Amino acid sequence: MFPIVNATLLAPGVKQFEIEAPRIARKQQPGQFVIIRIHDAGERIPLTIKSSDPKKGTITLVVQAIGKTTSLLNELGRGDAILDVAGPLGKPSEIEKYGRCVVIGGGVGTAIALPTAQALKDAGNHVTAILGARTKNLLILEKEVREASHEVFVMTDDGSYGGRGLVTDKLRELIGEADFVLAIGPVPMMRAVAEATRPRAIKTVVSLNSIMVDGTGMCGGCRVAIGNESKFACVDGPEFDAHQVDFGVLMQRNAMYRDAEQQLLAHFKEHRAEEVARVRGACAHV
Amino acid sequence: MSNTIPNKERMKLPRQHMPEIAADVRARNFEEVNLGFEANAAIIESLRCLACKTPTCTRSCPVGVDVKEFLARIIDKDYLGAAAVIRRDNALPAITGRVCPQEDQCEGDCLVAKRNESVAIGHLERFVADYERKTGQIGIPENAPSTAKKVAIVGSGPAGLSAAGDLVQQGHKVRVFEALHELGGVLVYGIPEFRLPKDIVRQEVDVLRKRGVEFETNVIVGKTVTVDELLGEEGYDAVFVATGAGLPQFLGVPGENLNGVYSANEFLTRVNLMRAYRFPDYDEPVYDCRGKDVVVVGGGNTAMDAVRTARRLGARNAYLVYRRGEEEMPARKEEVKHAKEEGIEFRMLTNPVELIGDERGWLTGVRCVRMELGEPGADGRRKPVPVAGSEFVIDASLVIVAVGTSANPLVQSTTPDLKTTKKNYIEADPETLRTSKKGVFAGGDIVTGGATVILAMGAGRKAAKGIGEYLSSGAWPLTVNG
Ligand SMILES: Cc1cc2nc3c(=O)[nH]c(=O)nc-3n(C[C@H](O)[C@H](O)[C@H](O)COP(=O)(O)OP(=O)(O)OC[C@H]3O[C@@H](n4cnc5c(N)ncnc54)[C@H](O)[C@@H]3O)c2cc1C
Ligand SMILES: Cc1cc2nc3c(=O)[nH]c(=O)nc-3n(C[C@H](O)[C@H](O)[C@H](O)COP(=O)(O)OP(=O)(O)OC[C@H]3O[C@@H](n4cnc5c(N)ncnc54)[C@H](O)[C@@H]3O)c2cc1C
Ligand code: FES
Repeated sequence: MFPIVNATLLAPGVKQFEIEAPRIARKQQPGQFVIIRIHDAGERIPLTIKSSDPKKGTITLVVQAIGKTTSLLNELGRGDAILDVAGPLGKPSEIEKYGRCVVIGGGVGTAIALPTAQALKDAGNHVTAILGARTKNLLILEKEVREASHEVFVMTDDGSYGGRGLVTDKLRELIGEADFVLAIGPVPMMRAVAEATRPRAIKTVVSLNSIMVDGTGMCGGCRVAIGNESKFACVDGPEFDAHQVDFGVLMQRNAMYRDAEQQLLAHFKEHRAEEVARVRGACAHV
Repeated sequence: MSNTIPNKERMKLPRQHMPEIAADVRARNFEEVNLGFEANAAIIESLRCLACKTPTCTRSCPVGVDVKEFLARIIDKDYLGAAAVIRRDNALPAITGRVCPQEDQCEGDCLVAKRNESVAIGHLERFVADYERKTGQIGIPENAPSTAKKVAIVGSGPAGLSAAGDLVQQGHKVRVFEALHELGGVLVYGIPEFRLPKDIVRQEVDVLRKRGVEFETNVIVGKTVTVDELLGEEGYDAVFVATGAGLPQFLGVPGENLNGVYSANEFLTRVNLMRAYRFPDYDEPVYDCRGKDVVVVGGGNTAMDAVRTARRLGARNAYLVYRRGEEEMPARKEEVKHAKEEGIEFRMLTNPVELIGDERGWLTGVRCVRMELGEPGADGRRKPVPVAGSEFVIDASLVIVAVGTSANPLVQSTTPDLKTTKKNYIEADPETLRTSKKGVFAGGDIVTGGATVILAMGAGRKAAKGIGEYLSSGAWPLTVNG
């Protein structure tokens, strides 16, 4: 059992959790993730570690409610516990002195990019962040991103905050000076960023959200097409050279369980209270 | 009482039939296929044993179980005594009684088989182990007085579990670290419920807990903690690495990223470990096989488990595609028989060359080529070679690849002074299971490559012995050259 010691709603549907996981807190590096399972009938899902506090023995996750598991998780709070948390998994981000770095976060991707942005800054890079959100109240972690970078641009689809448009619109303005680009967010966004930087051959890294089970290289379900090769995102990634990624394969494979996911989510929405009670009941036993 | 039947008569007794669920019923559920002997059948079956002076069965058992002796105890109705005899050499009889390839081991060399069918040693082993389980009297040996030494075991498969039992008995403090959330290794994530009910594995684990073994799940050694940290700040005196050979291999043919293409590991993990066969009561999904055509590639136990699982999930046609012939299949004979009864269609001497998909990226078929057996290769087995111009397509919306696995790499890649083979298996002394690194032992599939439960179990016990000797002497003679 991994107790939740703190939980804060960052935006509608996006929640931040501080979880007791001392072993993982000691080891985590930017870019790494955990696999969690909420209860004993639950599925295993990957979530990036936003930060960790080795002294306190806690890790922090930011979760966007998408389907059943993330929605159930976001019903939980301080005093609840998660049955299984395993990690830290995946390769840490490759931090080098690149020069001028542009870090792009779309949606919950902002949380995933944050630790790497901080590490890039700490390594002596100049970090410019571009944050994208559909609308102002969905923007998360702006303050923390400001601390982890030298300048921040916000883009909203509806222009309710910052510039109006896509993160790639802003990227095009800055592209002349960029030595390195990190983009984490929805697949179409990452693909658009890759296309924007490809003609200039700017080193561009994306974090791939393929479907995972074990997270340790044991099943191959998370495989992604990189150049002419198949790679396992959980052990060879999750970060890859954006110009080598076949985003089409990623989107196609991520749609593999759509019917089952919708069925679970529909059921969850009708039985929300029971599902939460079940998790709490299981916690009480331990 | 002992066996008073003359040998000649014994040879005439028919092998007792293992009761099982009817094929058409079991092909739709996940209940265990074999139901187990009644006591009477077990006694009659034991009476068939010729009690040879130098028993070939014991010689052919990888761990040398005293078969003659345990069968004699069954004849005397001393079933717990029989179990105790097996347990002298085999820590997991309820499991090996179900999954050992008996026809290649004890039963393969049984003298009775010269005239009749061999004695059903596996079924008898299962019988006494189940009897022992049902009485709740699994032999719990007494632990030696505490030695104040600590041993870490990495991996909770049969190698790790059996080492743990022996090591607590020696009086050491033992903690098992497991990457997944459930204990048992392949026994829980690979081998399906219908062959090995998970309750049996759980019970073995519970017994170990009672004996004082500590378990910590969700620890990926190499990521969560390293071997050096275990030996250093965590204060362990020795580490046993039993991480198995769990990495999936794919075919290397076009189309492997299509939706509907699984490694057997992924398919079986979803169904067994994550219980996807009970979706939506359990959340993890698996491809909906109902009414679909499924192709499984391979000829081992894993392939057999995958194809029979797909069948149970409702596959309309479930094909087993293997590049050699049926005789060459490494799977247990009983599984082959059961699979056929369940309507699995065998396509032998056939090899996939391409996976075909539609414009949305979903699999629609498997292009195959027919094979013939050519000259023997390096391993002495005749090498399959493609027959030119023989290509054809099997329509399928799911293909499961079960063509072998390779070493789990996480411990090796984070323990630089651990010597490995070219294929990244860990090198260990065959007798003591010492590796090139002081205090570190390794055994099971991570040393041998994918093998069997009984060999992994045997390796665990050997390691426990090697570790015990090391902990008392502190000596580390170099056998694996660093
Ligand atoms: C390395 C990695 C890091 C991630 N980090 C974060 C994070 O920090 N915060 C966050 O909110 N989300 C993160 N995700 C995405 C998150 O794992 C999915 O949103 C979650 O699994 C969806 O589960 P669900 O049951 O709520 O939704 P579902 O309805 O089950 O699925 C919705 C979509 O999520 C994806 N998905 C489903 N199951 C899995 C699975 N087992 N593994 C991966 N993706 C899946 C699929 O694309 C699917 O279409 C990360 C994904 C990866 C691979
Ligand atoms: C589908 C299938 C069917 C089979 N059927 C049979 C059969 O009928 N009869 C038979 O005799 N054999 C069978 N086998 C083979 C047999 O299961 C294996 O040979 C045996 O399980 C090997 O035991 P092990 O203890 O070495 O490793 P495993 O059983 O593989 O256990 C290794 C454990 O270590 C864990 N691990 C790996 N890396 C780490 C790490 N870094 N940190 C912590 N933990 C880690 C894994 O999660 C796993 O739980 C089958 C195998 C499969 C896959
Ligand atoms: S999630 Fe199983 S191999 Fe990556």
